Amino acid sequence: MTADAWFAVYLLFILVVPLAIAGLALINTGLGRSRSAAHAMTSSLCVLSLAILIYFAWGGAVEGAVGGPYFGVGLGPFLRYVPWTNASSAASLLPILSVALSAMIPLGSAADRWRLSGACFSTAVFAGIIYPLFARWAAHPHGMTFLLDAGGSGRIQATGGLTALSLSWLLGPRIGKYSANGMPAAIPAHNGVFVLFGCMLAWIGWLGLNSTGAMLHIPPGLAAERLVLIVFNTSSAAAAASLAAAATTRARFRRPDASLIANGWMAGLVSTSAGCATLKPATAILTGLVAGVIVVLAVEFFELHLKVDDPCGSISVHAVGGLWGLLAAGIFSGSSAQFMAQLVGIATLLGLIFPMSYGLNWLLSRFIPYRVSIDGERQGLDLHELGADAYPEFVVHADEFLQR
Amino acid sequence: MKLLGFLLLLSGWGIVETAFYLLHGNALSAFILAGLGVEVLGLVLVTRAHLPATEDSR
Repeated sequence: MTADAWFAVYLLFILVVPLAIAGLALINTGLGRSRSAAHAMTSSLCVLSLAILIYFAWGGAVEGAVGGPYFGVGLGPFLRYVPWTNASSAASLLPILSVALSAMIPLGSAADRWRLSGACFSTAVFAGIIYPLFARWAAHPHGMTFLLDAGGSGRIQATGGLTALSLSWLLGPRIGKYSANGMPAAIPAHNGVFVLFGCMLAWIGWLGLNSTGAMLHIPPGLAAERLVLIVFNTSSAAAAASLAAAATTRARFRRPDASLIANGWMAGLVSTSAGCATLKPATAILTGLVAGVIVVLAVEFFELHLKVDDPCGSISVHAVGGLWGLLAAGIFSGSSAQFMAQLVGIATLLGLIFPMSYGLNWLLSRFIPYRVSIDGERQGLDLHELGADAYPEFVVHADEFLQR
Repeated sequence: MKLLGFLLLLSGWGIVETAFYLLHGNALSAFILAGLGVEVLGLVLVTRAHLPATEDSR
């Protein structure tokens, strides 16, 4: 592939990546309550805007250029090391879109109770410190190999997913989610169509995410043949995962569950990202199948046993699915050195990124109130924070499903 | 318990990262697995610290 052809293909794929962001925003909105729907979409827009600007102003300097000095020392803020006017600058677009996608993941676990101002401050810390730090760490060699994470199972998904877990713990569950004896109430998704259409949008976005991620890591000569494999691996893993989730929910609850099938689809996309360019088609399908089963069990485990209120299943999909993706890429690589590098990546996410995310958000929440008041939560975040409902012509405040 | 859990998480990562710079071969694998084991212990502690007290457990 010539340099011009490489640039054209890269540009084509990078332009569909925002669809992954749009898909995730729709999924988070649909899985939340109707009384907070406009707030969920507004938060998504604010968070992605802030993530892009903070990464441009500072996060890019922390991550630095690939092969450049650690922590971008000497590069300076405002992405000064990017010339912007030649084809090689296109490589800088992927981290900017990646950080926006990653920053939106915690909105799912903190839905229906996280103030917009808290989300914005938390995003600034995430895009300025947490994401670029891991991205920088992942870009450096570990022993003789690099972390295999072309599409960002660890860099984008697990980083956002572990931050989602931190926020879920810091915010606590929604009012009425758990009874006094700890039994969870089912608070259903308010718009299943949003959720399932969001999955389809995310699929297109993921094709771009995985392809552009891999194109930056493989030689241009190999890019064309690998792109076909990447598109197939991404699609087949998502398909296998959604069917596995459908079968698992059918077996456990006697009927397939739409929101868990959507979570399965997303977990398939998330888990195949790390090894999208190196997995064989059969191992990509196997990775997706395992992800589809794991995500259903993880959602149930977090809700029933750990009492973590995660309205959109973000922790199970992005943290658990992302970590499984890193592990699967190592297992199916056939190299023990690569497997060890993947384990080190997982250890860094759990041992460095997760405590850092929890600690920084805990510190921020001491100064900026994260959680809305009880009245605000009962009223709905749309009216309480924005002053207008998403669906003003409908009665949307029924609470029949909550335990009294 | 929460603080101890987070300290164990950081310690586990420290073991893994240090092993990568100092060790090779089987010793490296053993220390990576040991570091991950310490992290799992830390995760269990952090998780237990976040479990809410219910009427049944009081």
